Amino acid sequence: MNRLSWFNTVSLTLGFAFLYIPMIILIVFSFNESKLVTVWAGFSTKWYGELLQNEAFLDAAWVTIRVAVFSSTLATILGTAAAYVLVRSGRFFGRTLFSGMIYAPLVMPEVITGLSLLLLFIGIGLDRGILTIVLAHTTFSMCFVSVVVSSRLITFDRSLEEAALDLGCSPAQAFRLVTLPIIAPAVISGWLLAFTLSLDDLVIASFTSGPSATTLPIKIFSAVRLGVSPEINALSTIMIAVVTVGVITASLVTKRAMVRQRQDEMAAARTE
Amino acid sequence: MNSDVFEPWEDPQAKPLIQFQNVTKRFGEFTAIDNLSLDIFEREFFALLGPSGCGKTTMMRMLAGFETPTEGHILLGGQDIDPIPPNKRAVNMMFQSYALFPHLSVWENIAFGLRRDNMPKHDLDERVEEMLRLTRLEQFARRKPHQISGGQRQRVALARSLAKAPKLLLLDEPLGALDKKLRQDTQFELMDIQEKTGTTFVIVTHDQEEAMTVASRVAVMDQGQLMQVATPDRIYENPASVYVADFIGDVNIIEGRAAPSGEDTYQIDWAEGQAPLTASSSTGFSNGQSCHLAIRPEKVTISAERPADAVNAVQGKVHDIAYLGNLSTYHVELQNGTIIKAQTANTRRISRRSFTWEDPVWLSWTATAAVLLAH
Repeated sequence: MNRLSWFNTVSLTLGFAFLYIPMIILIVFSFNESKLVTVWAGFSTKWYGELLQNEAFLDAAWVTIRVAVFSSTLATILGTAAAYVLVRSGRFFGRTLFSGMIYAPLVMPEVITGLSLLLLFIGIGLDRGILTIVLAHTTFSMCFVSVVVSSRLITFDRSLEEAALDLGCSPAQAFRLVTLPIIAPAVISGWLLAFTLSLDDLVIASFTSGPSATTLPIKIFSAVRLGVSPEINALSTIMIAVVTVGVITASLVTKRAMVRQRQDEMAAARTE
Repeated sequence: MNSDVFEPWEDPQAKPLIQFQNVTKRFGEFTAIDNLSLDIFEREFFALLGPSGCGKTTMMRMLAGFETPTEGHILLGGQDIDPIPPNKRAVNMMFQSYALFPHLSVWENIAFGLRRDNMPKHDLDERVEEMLRLTRLEQFARRKPHQISGGQRQRVALARSLAKAPKLLLLDEPLGALDKKLRQDTQFELMDIQEKTGTTFVIVTHDQEEAMTVASRVAVMDQGQLMQVATPDRIYENPASVYVADFIGDVNIIEGRAAPSGEDTYQIDWAEGQAPLTASSSTGFSNGQSCHLAIRPEKVTISAERPADAVNAVQGKVHDIAYLGNLSTYHVELQNGTIIKAQTANTRRISRRSFTWEDPVWLSWTATAAVLLAH
């Protein structure tokens, strides 16, 4: 293996330091004995213990998870349907306009999305709470799902669907029995993307949440305004851990599946 | 007529399984199929042959139900199938890319169509096993498509499309992805399976050798039209046009003007200072009508001296030799620059070859060896 030159070593170190030092500081101070965030007074896990006693945080966490699960599921269904129609139905009137419009929320400032949703909910007299956050998160994350799913559908061999029809499937059966199982990895990663987007959204949630429902990011943000506490550090560390474990597992699973598939294909080629 | 010979297209009483009635298919401005009529009979192995873009795949997709004719009708067993969607047709298709379902095992791929018909479990198991035996895939039943070789995938695709015992099986370039040796073996396997199952096969191919090998009849297509529909030997020996003669195999085309010189015999003036050529033809040509003489290279004899009894003989020198192992093709340049190809079997070792580059030679052929074509 090639050794890194000193220049490459330095740039690598600087780059990763830039990315990770803030998070490392946060994790280190979550194990601080002292209540002062910037003064080290020995190792302790007591803030994690106190976190479990804090009802407000636990409530917010529960709300956040429910919102993330519902909104990412809804967004996955809608986003997959939209992607399917836009990729499959060929040219219909206004197709370019529609496909452009589905990607617009990707670049739309969140403040504007949040404000317009707020106006809509007030207009139709919907009380703000979990339901409104779910709807808002579905709105902005479905376009991410549709981007992920449509990039998979573009490379999908259409003759697979035709084969299913040819063998007696109705179009709906062909989608359920053939298309969906094959594009499932893309649908799942779309769901995961929507889930994380919902998990860490602050701007849109603060427009659409009400007194009855507060999500974790809002709770953290408002708590920090009164001063950073080691409890917040502990909470953030847990969130980092959850996300890291999730990402590593997902990438390991896909990588192993790919490696196995390649080995099988090579073995098959040898028996020719 | 000999009843052992399978020739339903010669029998006016026979009812065709498939009828194309003045079918036209347009995609926007482009006409893929142009007012085409064709009958295909039960138990036939029918080949649609043509260059890419000639409309052969469109014909097949219309039979499968993925496209509908713009004008005209397609009948299957006397019934107009235009309004019937692909999943309700007694027609199955084997796709060029095989289109095996990657998430299902070989067994489940073959069972897929049967499950859609809610076949009872016992019958289904039996049918899948039968298909596995027919295509010699028993030991691969539990594997996924990416765990088997290309030739095995091809057989899975065939088994899957035959499992529902369709009235008609469509094969879209079924052997295109296989290497030459495997392709030849598989061609015979296909013919064998077609005979065993008695299914009507329609195959689309651009490989003329493949079409000639497997098919009972071949349709040569060009630009959405049928150029000729006939048995392989008739297509080869009696092509209807220069296009067909040129598309199937190797051919020498000599242009000239016909002059009748007896019953079904014509003298063809073809070049200044050359004696006219003699050819027999059952189709009539008027005096001075322009015509094309098509001669297959293997029907041209090459010799050092002018054969005494030759009806047609021309002199030239060897311009090039293509050595194919079993055969050699001599490209002979005549005095006026025309190149004529002559093919001989290499019955002697190459070191004893009679002719080499630049040798003066005579080419000769009989009056019946060539086909006289109007266009």
